[in-house]
Amino acid sequence: MYIIIVGGGRLGYYLMKALIEEGHEVLVLEKDARVCKTITDELGSVCFRGDGCEASTLAEVGTGRADMFVAVTGDDEDNLVSCQVAKHKHNVPRTIARLRNPKNAALFKKLGVDVTVNSTDIIIEAIEHEVPTHPVTQLLSLDEKGLIIVDVKIPARSTLVGKMVKDLPLPAESKLALIIPSKGSAHVPVAHTILQPGDQIIAITPSQHGDALEKLLRST
Amino acid sequence: MNILIMGCGRVGARLAAMLDENGHKVTILDTDTYSFRRLPASFSGTALFGNGIDEESLIKASIETADVFVAVTQGDNRNVMACQIAKHIFNVPRVVCRIYDPLREEMYSALGLETLSPTKIIGELLKEQIEGK
Repeated sequence: MYIIIVGGGRLGYYLMKALIEEGHEVLVLEKDARVCKTITDELGSVCFRGDGCEASTLAEVGTGRADMFVAVTGDDEDNLVSCQVAKHKHNVPRTIARLRNPKNAALFKKLGVDVTVNSTDIIIEAIEHEVPTHPVTQLLSLDEKGLIIVDVKIPARSTLVGKMVKDLPLPAESKLALIIPSKGSAHVPVAHTILQPGDQIIAITPSQHGDALEKLLRST
Repeated sequence: MNILIMGCGRVGARLAAMLDENGHKVTILDTDTYSFRRLPASFSGTALFGNGIDEESLIKASIETADVFVAVTQGDNRNVMACQIAKHIFNVPRVVCRIYDPLREEMYSALGLETLSPTKIIGELLKEQIEGK
């Protein structure tokens, strides 16, 4: 695949290395001549100096034949515009933008960016997961299906302890996928599985029901 | 009319002052309060500290009741993003965007934004002036 990355910062740099490793044809667009030179010195001609928001630059690097276009600069507005230029001027089938402000996800979707990756949320979730009192962590968001996968720990005094899975008032389209008990091995819950204190549950739910599911599983 | 201007540079401040004088209700946003020194003492509108690509700042600046949104910061991309927020999230009836880069201006104009490229306009005016029209 031919993949264009906008932004040769740390994220762009490591992403490029990983993609080259996988055997893809990768090109990084970077405005800063020094950054560009550092990358070229190390990895050969995989960096083009130019503004990834300019249609002419994108034409020069053959964006028209790119399979994927990834914008990972530190500014949401630059990532948005470069993805829009790639999409509308060069018909790139898949555009991906990094987000700093989580609130921009809906806007970017609406404006034609295929996938958004929110680095702030990912880091916050990862750190929150390490806080022992934090009972719910979002593990993954399947944006195209509008689903999220969450990791919930059932508190010992939860009203759900001792109840069967089939009796839980789960929000619509929500499923418990896996139970990891505090002792013993993980198992897939069935209708008659009884929840135990300290169970760790991996559940899947439509993103709009995320809060409701969290509230239910934490109710004490 | 309720008019919300993003960017209190020379153009933003001047536009705000003129519209204010004509009796419009003007709110102007900037990420640097020092920029508000450009507004004349007679300015009776609202000058607000805030970022026009942040939905919360826009709500504080009463974007929900704005009839017109104008983006005139130095950054083309910031202007473009703010205008698309105003148009697609807040459904502001009229959205005007300054875009220096003529190519980007053409594209966003084709995508339905009301755009102006000072580069194109001033270039044209200077050419006419020099060729003695």
